[in-house]
Amino acid sequence: MTEERGSRISRRTWITTASGVVAAGLIKTQADALRLDAQVPPLQSTDPTKVPGRFTSEVGRRAAGEQPRRSARAQALSSASQTPLQDLMGIVTPADLHFERHHAGIPEIAKQSHELLVHGMVERPMVFRMADIERYPRVSRLYFIECSGNGGSAYARDGMPTEITVQTLDGLLSTSEWTGVPLSTILREVGVRSGASWLLAEGSDAAMMSRSIPLDKAMDDALLAFGQNGEAIRPEQGYPLRLMLPGWEGNAQVKWLRRIEVTDRPTMTREETSKYTDPLEGGTARQFSFVMDAKSTITFPTYPYVLPDRGWWEITGLAWTGRGRITRVEVSTDGGASWVDAELQQPVLPKCTVRFRHLWEWNGRETILLSRATDETGYVQPTVQQLWEARGDRTRYHFNHQRAWKVASDGAVTFGLGDLV
Amino acid sequence: MRRALTTLCALALVGCGRATGDEESSGGLAAVDAPYALPGGAPSRFGFGTEANEARIALWDTDVKPDGEGLPRGSGTVAEGEVVFRTYCIACHGPTGTEGPNDVLVGSEPWDVWPGSVTVGGYWPYATTLYDYISRAMPQLTPGILTADQTYAVIAYILNRNGVVPADARMNAETLPAVRMPARDRFVSDDRVDGSEIR
Repeated sequence: MTEERGSRISRRTWITTASGVVAAGLIKTQADALRLDAQVPPLQSTDPTKVPGRFTSEVGRRAAGEQPRRSARAQALSSASQTPLQDLMGIVTPADLHFERHHAGIPEIAKQSHELLVHGMVERPMVFRMADIERYPRVSRLYFIECSGNGGSAYARDGMPTEITVQTLDGLLSTSEWTGVPLSTILREVGVRSGASWLLAEGSDAAMMSRSIPLDKAMDDALLAFGQNGEAIRPEQGYPLRLMLPGWEGNAQVKWLRRIEVTDRPTMTREETSKYTDPLEGGTARQFSFVMDAKSTITFPTYPYVLPDRGWWEITGLAWTGRGRITRVEVSTDGGASWVDAELQQPVLPKCTVRFRHLWEWNGRETILLSRATDETGYVQPTVQQLWEARGDRTRYHFNHQRAWKVASDGAVTFGLGDLV
Repeated sequence: MRRALTTLCALALVGCGRATGDEESSGGLAAVDAPYALPGGAPSRFGFGTEANEARIALWDTDVKPDGEGLPRGSGTVAEGEVVFRTYCIACHGPTGTEGPNDVLVGSEPWDVWPGSVTVGGYWPYATTLYDYISRAMPQLTPGILTADQTYAVIAYILNRNGVVPADARMNAETLPAVRMPARDRFVSDDRVDGSEIR
């Protein structure tokens, strides 16, 4: 194309220009088009410099052409929707695109009538209204939440998918700035009795979702959260109050929280016995596997994107770990034969997603892209073979293995892990 | 009890100390991930909220522990439970608890290497969880509609269908916690740790 520049007009330029101005009735001949050359900007349906814009509004909206959507699946009471990771930038998930997972629908709860009961092995059993909770000293932190089932669609030894989006694969992951009151503040207020070691957290939905949580976590960095990205937490995320357990599996972070019972043993609810436990090869099942291991996932380029040209492309994605900070993300553009450090976009926060980037010059040949994360404890995101070896190939949660994306010579991107196993 | 409180406060202080260390080692950014410390001058108690009396607690304290704590009075038999099951459960779990479309409840395949299924007979470590869960969340469209007798009865039926209790079993606050589930010893605590090992 380079030699076509200057006095000559490229075919592509002529077509682009002509299709715009012909539509406007401005040219009659190719000579007219040549005089116009390529300097005519794309025509808007209305020239925004010639028409006053719309007025201010109480609530903003996205640009007409920008309509990211959660992938809401079957309309069922126990269901999930996934965050469109491929459409997002940076690390924060817009609150209305935060993934959903609920077991009996989303309850409609009036904040004014919501109460939190804290009782059990405490000096003073208490009931807190939301106005009470909001009066305590607050903190705000950026944390990811991930469903422990995330990524399970690319774990089975048989039937590894190819035409799967990163939204379907890893969209049960979102990051928000959460605002709330440390649970430790509330436990201090009620006075935890000697011998206590667990608590039961119970939701106010029609499943009365309940999980047993070790008291150590409650006293460490657990939050009673009522704020999300600067506003009240969304109903799908537990309005008016949810338990935040930074770095732990989403299910344990009970939404619509109405009761905390301090105990000396786990309650063994259904969600910590027959669900959210990890069968392992050899006849056991791992229980209370709260922490999310280090993981990374490429969000661009991913299926169904087609790279239109060889040349420079920025590979980007997210990395996160429940054990603290991500210290390194490596990217391979040759199917794992070699790895290079990706750039980690600041801020790099504990128990929060970090955005990574790697500038890549695609030579037009078929290849496979991979990423792998390392966290501050020295844990390196495993291959799927390593996870199969450690846990068997039929475990049901915690799928933090490396993901792969195959780029075909025509630029078409598909999920490529099946090509590596 | 007071000693416990003192211990917790001490733990909180240790947390603060660690945070200060982080701050020194990695600059200003570390301040944002310090464990939460109450502002200086905070009182030992704020006094917000209302003390909950026993009646208020009892209203919501309906969970059931593995030793049977929290189980209400009442009882039910396998035969009674079959009626409950046919009335409230088969639409989602199938006529015999094996057909779905929702969770398959019945099955006791051996676990020699791997759980054959995640049924009550195959994958539930505690029988008390049935009471806790059913009373919370079942039936899905009308949770909480079953009486205590109906709940005990349908549990007896489900356990019998799984071969865990005999056909003449009666479930109540004494017999249910005594049921030893086939998968009881299968469950192990999380053994993953910080560091490089893949577990």
